[in-house]
Amino acid sequence: MEPLIRIRGLSKRFGNGCDGCITATGPEYETNRCRHCGSVIACNDVSFDLYKNEALGIVGESGSGKSTLVRLLHFEWDATGGSVELHADATQHLQQELFDGVSVYSRNLLGLSPFQKRQVRNALMGIVYQNPFLGLRMGVSSGGNIAERLLGAGWRNIGKMRERSAELLEKTEIPVDRMDEPPKNFSGGMQQRVQIAKALSNNPLILFLDEVTTGLDLSVQARVLDLIRTLQSEFKLSLLVVSHDLGVINLLCQRTMVMKYGRVVEAGLTDQILQDPQHRYTQLLVASQL
Amino acid sequence: MLLNEWLDQETQQAGGYPYGFMDDGAKKDIRRCLLKAVAIPGYQVPYGSREMPIARGWGTGGIQITLSLITPDDILKVIDQGCDGSVNAVNIKKFIQEVAGVEITNDTPAATVIQTRHRIPEEPMSAAQILVLQVPYPEALREVEASEAETRRMHAEADYSRMWLHLYEDIVNYGEITISYRYPVTVNGRYIMDPSPIPRWDVPKLHMADTLFLFGAGREKRIYAIPPYTRVEPLEFEDHTFRVEDFSGKSCARCGAADTFLDEVIDNAGGGRSYFCSDSGYCDKRAAQWNH
Repeated sequence: MEPLIRIRGLSKRFGNGCDGCITATGPEYETNRCRHCGSVIACNDVSFDLYKNEALGIVGESGSGKSTLVRLLHFEWDATGGSVELHADATQHLQQELFDGVSVYSRNLLGLSPFQKRQVRNALMGIVYQNPFLGLRMGVSSGGNIAERLLGAGWRNIGKMRERSAELLEKTEIPVDRMDEPPKNFSGGMQQRVQIAKALSNNPLILFLDEVTTGLDLSVQARVLDLIRTLQSEFKLSLLVVSHDLGVINLLCQRTMVMKYGRVVEAGLTDQILQDPQHRYTQLLVASQL
Repeated sequence: MLLNEWLDQETQQAGGYPYGFMDDGAKKDIRRCLLKAVAIPGYQVPYGSREMPIARGWGTGGIQITLSLITPDDILKVIDQGCDGSVNAVNIKKFIQEVAGVEITNDTPAATVIQTRHRIPEEPMSAAQILVLQVPYPEALREVEASEAETRRMHAEADYSRMWLHLYEDIVNYGEITISYRYPVTVNGRYIMDPSPIPRWDVPKLHMADTLFLFGAGREKRIYAIPPYTRVEPLEFEDHTFRVEDFSGKSCARCGAADTFLDEVIDNAGGGRSYFCSDSGYCDKRAAQWNH
């Protein structure tokens, strides 16, 4: 089986950079700030594959570059280098101009125009942030939040959009009669579920989950995770799960990458990483968690 | 005639000002922006708005366009909320007549250039005419986004989902779209454009019209245009279509017209309501026929 999305050498630097940036940062130096020029290497040379209907976890402490990675893949930030390529199977409903006709993988998506990037994002991706304020418009009705993505995809029928919103809210266990209420009226767990409904509105293939359960109490965490698992199998989603909570990663992900100071220090099967961590940092992480 | 004599004669016309008040460089600059605006229908072209002898926000955008187009052969009509006789319209007319020496009319078909605020004349306009609209807020997306940098990005990428969301929320909350004037339109299938604060009634007149429409926002320093025979579609949903104001059962108390945009006038003493044509030139014409 060929991966759905192929990521090679993805890097993000804040600052002008110099020749010494890469060799002066990373886990060996316990910093991601270059001592020569002061640039921050938020993530460097990250390569991985994501398969269909697979959940890949990314763990690491604050500032390790996990969220940067998601923002690069969701085209919110421009990468400094690297490539992101989609498999042709994933993109039947996208423009053919992404492909050169020879390879089954698309051109480097990072080189597309902002307009094309937004089209790819609208057609294929969904995102759920830790902070619902980032993913939702708090003053707009929940139904409207879901409709926004549909409107962006060209839907122009209020009745049909409301049907779709109701269907998604039902799936995410929000009472449909509260559809016209803004999410600011909802509890944190409900807001998170509205975010999930919004992320799913355009039938995405890839769902980015950025610390989705952080800040929720334990019983609500369990329900949100349950929901994500159910929806993953129902919609055949590929998940990229960012978390500093190994419990969440253990529950959702088959494969895991461990990041520190912008580098991937260890990658493999989740079980293997949790049972037999190789890198010193992973060992520390596992020991402190379990 | 020597060049200097000719220049002297030119500048003597209006108290030392060049023909059309603005210097030739300024007029040329504005005409260039107009050409660009016509070439990209609905796109807001930034331009260097000049000082006019009235304050910005009082029609200076429209005046600058009119002055850069006008020639002595033109016949000018200026209206304000449909009225030829309001203070603003009269002052603008006097000023332009002074600096450009043009003939003034109240008759829509007779005019070659019509400058207007908040209305499009009731009588159909021809391909030989130009309508210049004064615009207070050229940015249709300002309702949903405060940042100019962001609205420019949204236009560049045709990222209009937030505007549509605004309308969706209106329908969810009030059962219909509550925008009464400045109703956003899509021009030529590409840019969302603010048609200036004309009532909904006038919006369909922009679609596939014979006339060239030019929009000038002097304070906001933007020019945009709708060339003749261009698609202009109000934003609407399949199950909530655009509709104009409903005047059924009402007619003008002066000329009897039942097919025009009407102003409601309330009698302060008796509290009675009556309706009059908003387009005073058209109403005068009809009333005169009535009296014969």
